[in-house]
Formats: sequence, structure tokens, C-alpha cells
Amino acid sequence: MSTPPIVNGHAQWEAEFAQGVKGDTSIRNRSGIGIKPLYTPLDHGGASYEEALAYPGQYPYTRGIYATMYRGRSWSQRQLIGLGVPEDYNSRVKEMLDLGASALSLIPCNSVFRGYDADTVPSELLGTCGTVINHVQDMQVALDGVPIDKLSTAMNDPSPFTLLAFELAVAKRRGVPWTKITGTSNQSDCISHFVANHMFFRLALQGARRVIVDHIRFCNQQVPGWNPLSIVGQHMQQAGATPAEAMAFTLCSGIQYAEDCIAAGMDPDQFLPRFTFFFDISVSFFEEVAKFRAGRRIWARLCRERFGAKDPRSWRFKFHGQTSGVDLTRQQPLNNIARVTTQAMAGIFGGLQSLHTDGYDEALSTPTTEAARIAVATQNILREEAHLTDVIDPLGGSYYVESLTNDMEAKINAIIDLIDQAGGMYQAVEKGIVQRMIGESALAFQKQVDAGEQTIVGVNAYQIEEDPATYSSLEYPDAPRMQSYLGRLADFKKSRSNAEVDKAISALAKSANTPKSNVFEHVVAAAEVGATHGEICGTLRTELGFGNPLTVV
Amino acid sequence: MAKRPPRVIVTKIGFDGHDRGSRVIAACLRDAGMEVIYTPPWQEIPTVVKLAMEEDADVIGISSLATDHLIVPKLLASLREAGLNDVQVIVGGIVPAKDEAMLLQAGVAQVFHPGTSLDDVVTSVHALSDKRRSLQGASA
Repeated sequence: MSTPPIVNGHAQWEAEFAQGVKGDTSIRNRSGIGIKPLYTPLDHGGASYEEALAYPGQYPYTRGIYATMYRGRSWSQRQLIGLGVPEDYNSRVKEMLDLGASALSLIPCNSVFRGYDADTVPSELLGTCGTVINHVQDMQVALDGVPIDKLSTAMNDPSPFTLLAFELAVAKRRGVPWTKITGTSNQSDCISHFVANHMFFRLALQGARRVIVDHIRFCNQQVPGWNPLSIVGQHMQQAGATPAEAMAFTLCSGIQYAEDCIAAGMDPDQFLPRFTFFFDISVSFFEEVAKFRAGRRIWARLCRERFGAKDPRSWRFKFHGQTSGVDLTRQQPLNNIARVTTQAMAGIFGGLQSLHTDGYDEALSTPTTEAARIAVATQNILREEAHLTDVIDPLGGSYYVESLTNDMEAKINAIIDLIDQAGGMYQAVEKGIVQRMIGESALAFQKQVDAGEQTIVGVNAYQIEEDPATYSSLEYPDAPRMQSYLGRLADFKKSRSNAEVDKAISALAKSANTPKSNVFEHVVAAAEVGATHGEICGTLRTELGFGNPLTVV
Repeated sequence: MAKRPPRVIVTKIGFDGHDRGSRVIAACLRDAGMEVIYTPPWQEIPTVVKLAMEEDADVIGISSLATDHLIVPKLLASLREAGLNDVQVIVGGIVPAKDEAMLLQAGVAQVFHPGTSLDDVVTSVHALSDKRRSLQGASA
């Protein structure tokens, strides 16, 4: 039998390439996968089209989770916002909606993340990185005039999910049924907070483990349009994990949460359709596209084969993407617009469901209004001027992208096996295995940058003299405004029925010690009668343990 | 006698937990032969002052991503109150230009921005540690 022309041609190309390009031509992507100079049909993995890719909306969803993808509906433009006091948030929300944002997000102040009320922390830090929201009345002001029965709201709201509790209390006051409330509990993934980006870590890991299962059950039953779980790869990749590691660890957390829900007697086809994911999108373009395509395929297989889910809605890997802040530079900051554009394109070609694009000035300060506007415009340009969304999975079928998707899948699966062998994600993070891997990857990347092996324009190459003071930075909330907020907080505490609050807080504490009781139900009940965020978090920290993460250098 | 390596605390105060910067810097200073005292995020100011005293730290590195640098002047005041005027405090992370001026004014020795190479950090920390030791020598 003679050698097929494709093989002969390849040999000839290889010889000519070797003639033309001398020396070491090996390239590895951030995940450590060797990248060849050319991919051809010879790199085909051998699996059939139906098995490896199938059509959009069909298992294993490599080409997208919906048949229609962006032809049916654009991704949600979900910009993170939050600053100052509830009134400031409310006016910024209204501005963003006018600019075309189609969904809301809420970032609370770092004091809220840490589980404290504004009257118990250094006031210099209040509202500098998010909105101060401490109780139901604050939420009412923040959401004034916002149609919460129509717009989905995503809140950075870690365990025990007080912000959702406040929103549900507001809905009740407005007469909006909870079945109309849609959105996502961002930052509900306690494992990712234990490992990286610890700012959302409030309760001890095993306490948080119990609360998340209660929260999922409560939402499935009473707020069925709500996604109670967003499993986060973004923290780990921002902390230094490679794209393959970040995807693998995230899927391992997903496995752990699903198996906990199953152990608690829940039906996979009830909770899996409401699991969502949140990822970082780095500037390593093809690697990110392949990461998302591979992740989608692995998750579909896990849901069907490992968890035994039967409903196709359970197999769909829904995710939000945020362009990577770590890739952005303080040097020549306007260059970051090009980086964010590239990252956003990778996310779109990766098939995301919602997108946050970073402001170009994130390495200088909290984004300014102008930078936030450009970030939203970038999304509009990519969709409506560049027409990136005309074709579903337009990179599908590229010899390179399909081969890289297979390679990323193999790499991700190998890490999942390693975590399974360690006894699952909770055990792996309690032993520091995951933290160590992330730390090593972070240091290795920094050393590549310092050695000039990885170019960062303006940082280790193409530098220019410049004055960073030319760029304006966001003003911090003014002190009198924050003082007046603190006055209103004191008034609120005086005006509520303290007897009712005490009763609700005792019931919450009791619930925490009663395994059959649903803790989140009591969080909502406490929020309704005016218990504050700090009171609710403090109670659960007493009963379930204070959250100290395990950091490893 | 060989010179004692610099003793450096690498920590975070305030509310933010993003610790990639502090972990990378801690590992880099350690690999450069320094004695590094690393802490997880969210340290209280009195805890850092006590640690500086107990560990005879030459340099305190504060990592800040989300505006926690705004309370560094409070740390400097507490160090002075404890008689640790000579300890060199440095800040690394997302620090807007206007805040950098405020920090330097308040007594921060140096502010490191994104894009600084690890080598430059090591060189600066050596120099600041030498400065602290000479100040110590002068006051002794």
C-alpha cells in the first residue's frame, strides 16, 4: 500500500520547516502543553464527530450548550459594580442599564466580605472597593427602581448568603414572588475561597460545606430561578494556577458539591441545572478557547456518567467569564484595552454565557467610570461591529483548536485523577495540595516574566518613559457621606424590633446545631426582621467556626 | 562574622484576601536567602507590630490590592508608638499615584507597583535592611 499524499506532504513540509527555522522551536503554553508549528488532519484524535463534538446543544456540548448560542441570545453583559453607599450603587446601576448592561451585579464593600457591619471596622476602608450593604433597608435603597422580577441579579455573596436574603426580603415587601427572582449567588464556592482569594472566606470550611448544601436545597425549592452555586475557577487562576489547573480544580469542586448534594438525598436532575461556573480568561487566546471547550465536554460526561443525571439540562456547563486582571499592566495602561479585547474574544469563542470585561486601569486603581464604559463598549464592538457571533463555535474544526482541546482535556483529567486520589477536593485543600500547586505555578510564571521568556509589553519589553500620574484614579467615597451612612445604620438598629431580631438570631444559632434544619431558611427569616449582616455572620461564626483559610508559600 | 540575612515580614492588613502578590514575594525573598516571616491576610495592626518586635524585623512588606494601603499610616503610627521607628515599611500592589505620595509622606520607605521584577525587589529590600541596621547602630 502506498503512503497517502497527506503523509508525504507532511514529511515534505516538516523538512522544509526544519530548513527554514533553526534551533530550538519548542513552545509550551501556560498549562505546559507543547505547541507544534502546524496542525493538520493527522492530529485528529480518532473520535467520531458525534462523540467528540456533536452539534451545539447536544451532548457532550463541546461546540456550545445551546442549539442557538449567540444567534438566539447574546451573552449577558454583566459588569461588576459596587462602590460607596447604597444610594451610590443605585445611581451607578441605573447608568449601567442605560449603557446596555443587561444584567446586574453587586459587589459589596470588603468589610461586608469579611462578615462585618460598617460600625465595627476602620472607616477609611468603607466603600472603597464595593458598596456597604448591611441590612434589608440598604438593599431596598440599592435596588430602588430596579425591576428585580425582570432583571437577573448576580451578587458577590459568599456563605451564608445574606445579600440574597436581603433581596428576598425586599421582594416580599414589594410583593414580588420569589419564583420571579433570577440571578446567581456569585462567590458561593467556599472551596475556592479557602484556597485562593480568601476575602470571601467567612465560615470554617466544614461549616460552609454544610451551609452551601442547605442554600442549594432552599433555592431549588423556593427560588427556582436562582443559581445558588457558582463554582469559581477565577480565583485560582488569578492566584497563579495555569488554565488547565484552574479548570481541573474547579471541576473537582463541582464534583465535591454534587456528591455532597447527592449524599444529602437530593436528585441530580434537580440541582445540577442550577450549577454555574465562573472563570478567568487570560490573554493566552487559543489555550483559553480550548480550556472552555474541554471543560464543557468533561463536565457533561461527569454529570451523565458519574452523577447519573438524566435530564440534558443537568449536563450543560453554564459559565461566566471575567477577563484576567493579572494580565493587565500598570505600564502603558491603554494597552490593556487590547489585552481585554483579546481575552474577551477568547471567552466568546469559548462559548461563555455571561461576560465581565475589565477596565483598562485596573492595575492603577479601582476602575474609573470612563474605563468601565470602554469595557462595556468593547463587548458591543466585538458583537455588533466585528460580528464575532454570526457563527456558532467558529473555531470548531480548526485542526489546532480541536487538537488543543483534546490535549487540554487530557491534562485536566490527569489533575482530576490526582485530586480524586487525594480523597476529593475538600481533603486536597485541607492538606494544602492545591495551594502548593498554585503557588508553584505563580512563582514559575513570574520567573519566566523576569527572565524575559514571557514578554509583557511595556513591562519587560517595549518599555517607554511615562508618568503614571497622568492617569486619573477613582475618587474614594467622601468621609461625610460615609459618616452619614453610619448614622443611618445606628438609626436602623434603633428602629427595628430588637425582640424579634433576638428571636430570629437564636433560631439561627439553634438551626446551625441541628443537622436536619435548613440554616439558610433561618438566614432569610433573620434578614426579614432586620438582623444585620454582621449579626448573622457573627452568629454562624460562633456556631460553625470562624473561617481561616490555609495559605501556603 | 557573616552578615545576618535581612529579616522581613510579608503580610496583609485590612480586609482583602488576594494574596498572590504576598506569596510570590515571600517565596522570592526566601529563595534569595532572606529570613521571611509570612502571614496569611487580614492581620490586625497591633499583631503586625508585635510580630515586628518579637521577630526583630528589619523590613515589613505590606501587600495591598484593594485599598488596604489606606490604613498603612495607622501601622506606621503604631510602630512609632512601640519605638520601632527604624523598621522599614514597604508597600506593594495596586497603589494609585495620589496615594503613593500620601504613603511616602506618612513614612513608607518605598512603594512597589505591578511590573516590578523580583530582582529589583530583592535589591531594594537588601538596601532597606542595611538602612535599618545602620539606624539601629546609630541609636544604640
